[in-house]
Amino acid sequence: MVKWTDLERSTVRAVWEKVDIDEIGPQIWARVLIVYPWTERYFGSFGDIFTTTAILNNTKVAAHGKVVLEALDKAVKNMDNMKRMYAALSLLHFQKLEVDPDNFRLLADCITIAIACKLKSALTPQVQATWQKFLAAVVEAMSSQYY
Amino acid sequence: ITMSLSAKDKDIVKAFWAKVSGREQDIGSEAVARMLAVYPQTKTYFSHWKDLSPGSAPVRKHGGIVMAAVTDAVSKMDDLKGGLLKLSELHAFTLRVDPANFKILAHSLIVVLATVFSSDFTPEVHMAVDKFLTAVARALSEKYR
Repeated sequence: MVKWTDLERSTVRAVWEKVDIDEIGPQIWARVLIVYPWTERYFGSFGDIFTTTAILNNTKVAAHGKVVLEALDKAVKNMDNMKRMYAALSLLHFQKLEVDPDNFRLLADCITIAIACKLKSALTPQVQATWQKFLAAVVEAMSSQYY
Repeated sequence: ITMSLSAKDKDIVKAFWAKVSGREQDIGSEAVARMLAVYPQTKTYFSHWKDLSPGSAPVRKHGGIVMAAVTDAVSKMDDLKGGLLKLSELHAFTLRVDPANFKILAHSLIVVLATVFSSDFTPEVHMAVDKFLTAVARALSEKYR
């Protein structure tokens, strides 16, 4: 289990406080689909996600971004129990959605970069280090039920 | 992963790099600072530096050198393999940097670009720059084995 210092906990919370899920969620998901286009394979039901313009205007993409950040919000509020908290979600992503867990890592990078655009210099190297440690724990928890 | 740069990718990178011009020193040193802070394993290559903290003299100097090389690579985009041959030999035979670290530095640089350019660092620019830095890493790895 990952150990968190008080400073790390408050750092993660401070970053998260600046994230407007409605604003950043759609941006993150657009980045995932545009920067890593093979992720389109998981979203057959989303309609047109084959050009940058289509992706940026797609309401299902935007909605999904919010869904994912709402799930991440749970981890921010419960940093000590991520594996247990995400067990069912991890199993879903493996058994039903059949998502390659390497994509969780790509998503984590897009989250960091979208937040970097928003927070700018407030995302200092030290804050980035803590934030990425947090996301790495989330990715590990989301990968934990694959067998 | 080799995904060749299309003409569009190259245009996007060149256009974006015009914005970077003049700020290479700050951006480069910030990228190196982040790499050392976020991926402490990279510190193992710099034990000869007195100070590894952000803003320190060795970090700033090295950041400038690295970013100048990346900017130079932008001008050599049509033949990265040929253009970065000497640098590849340096990294392979003298520096002996594990090539996995090229990806780490690329990510660190991308985060800096995001913090500096914010909404100008669009998903399209992000994708093209990510591809370009991957191609640079590939060219740097060329002489390793």
